[in-house]
Amino acid sequence: MNNSGILKSKIFNKLLICAFFLALAAFPVFGFSQEKAPGAKEEKFDAGKTAMEHITDKHEWRLFGEQVVVPLPVILYTDKGFEIFLSSKLKPAGTVYKGKYYNYKLINDKIKVVDQAGAVSETGNVWDFSITQNIAGMWLSGLILIFLFLSASSAYKKRAGKGPKGLQSFLEPVILFIRDDVARPNIGLKYERFMPLLLTVFFFILINNLFGMIPFFPGGYNLTGNIAVTFTLAFVMFLVVNLNGNKYYWKHIFSPNPWWLFPIMIPVEIVGIFSKPIALMIRLFANMLAGHIVIVSLISLIFIFNTLWMSPVSVAFAVFIDVIEVLVVFLQAYVFTILSALFIGMAVEEHHHEVI
Amino acid sequence: MSPYGPLGAGFAAIGAGIGIGQIGGKAVEAIARQPEAISKIQTNMIIAAALVEGVALFAVVVALL
Repeated sequence: MNNSGILKSKIFNKLLICAFFLALAAFPVFGFSQEKAPGAKEEKFDAGKTAMEHITDKHEWRLFGEQVVVPLPVILYTDKGFEIFLSSKLKPAGTVYKGKYYNYKLINDKIKVVDQAGAVSETGNVWDFSITQNIAGMWLSGLILIFLFLSASSAYKKRAGKGPKGLQSFLEPVILFIRDDVARPNIGLKYERFMPLLLTVFFFILINNLFGMIPFFPGGYNLTGNIAVTFTLAFVMFLVVNLNGNKYYWKHIFSPNPWWLFPIMIPVEIVGIFSKPIALMIRLFANMLAGHIVIVSLISLIFIFNTLWMSPVSVAFAVFIDVIEVLVVFLQAYVFTILSALFIGMAVEEHHHEVI
Repeated sequence: MSPYGPLGAGFAAIGAGIGIGQIGGKAVEAIARQPEAISKIQTNMIIAAALVEGVALFAVVVALL
């Protein structure tokens, strides 16, 4: 008899969910009708603009939505010297802040030099070194990584010879996976030199990808979807690969086997040196960016169709894509690490294998 | 942005879809033949898929710029 009770409660729950959505649908454009001022021209919703706004870097940390924000310092290098102020001085949108040397205004999340009236002027050349949302987020994730690994390593010192416990048992399989399945098969005997680099890159990408997936406080920024960050990561890999390249690596590039292939093969191999890190850069950047844009676009469907009937469909799809993105987050960190290991392995390989 | 940019991105997606589909299909076949080699096959599959995907993403970025 208990079973029927559970069954009933399940059906009841389903009915409740249906009733909830039906009730919501009874108030079409509920959110919009409140905001609309009488006589104001209705602004058309632009999904592309919303998506771009979500993925770009900002001068303030948006903790929960656009209302709860933490202002971050703005550091500008002008031709007359440094200028430092808080980004809250540039709020609300369109405010002209009168600095020491120039007047500044926020246009599309970028700081521009303007004249008194607020029109963009070409007189001042400013370099923006601000602590933006991405940088603050990167520092936070860096602190978390330092805390995680210092506590795990101190646990190894204290509990030498015993089994792992707590954080240790969470991190040890991942580290062993990087060592046994990524570094050793791809790099070969010299893998130990590159383990710190590979582990750092893997965990840095992983934690920032994961924080990028959280829409509010600890996350909310889009670090790995920023091409400057992925460029830096790829540039480090470029340096490591080419500075560790041995004579076989350079011989492979500069002296292909039949001599008459020189004019074709040398340019191709030189392009290959640069295209590998560029592919690493574009892959991580485009994957993370595409994931964010897809989720924002799916949520935007509600506002494009302008009805709450769309919300169950859009939320269901967004959750589905979100779950896929969690997979992609791990996969991209793994792919970046394994491809880096592969390129390093090609550069430090001792014996030149002849392909038959 | 060129009006044909999204079209190019779509074509790039077709190519990547065919490529990754082939890789995934063959990898599953290979795993079915040799279940004991699963970890090696998976690693190579992911590397190959990442390389194909990289080309597609190049195309998408170029198409959308």
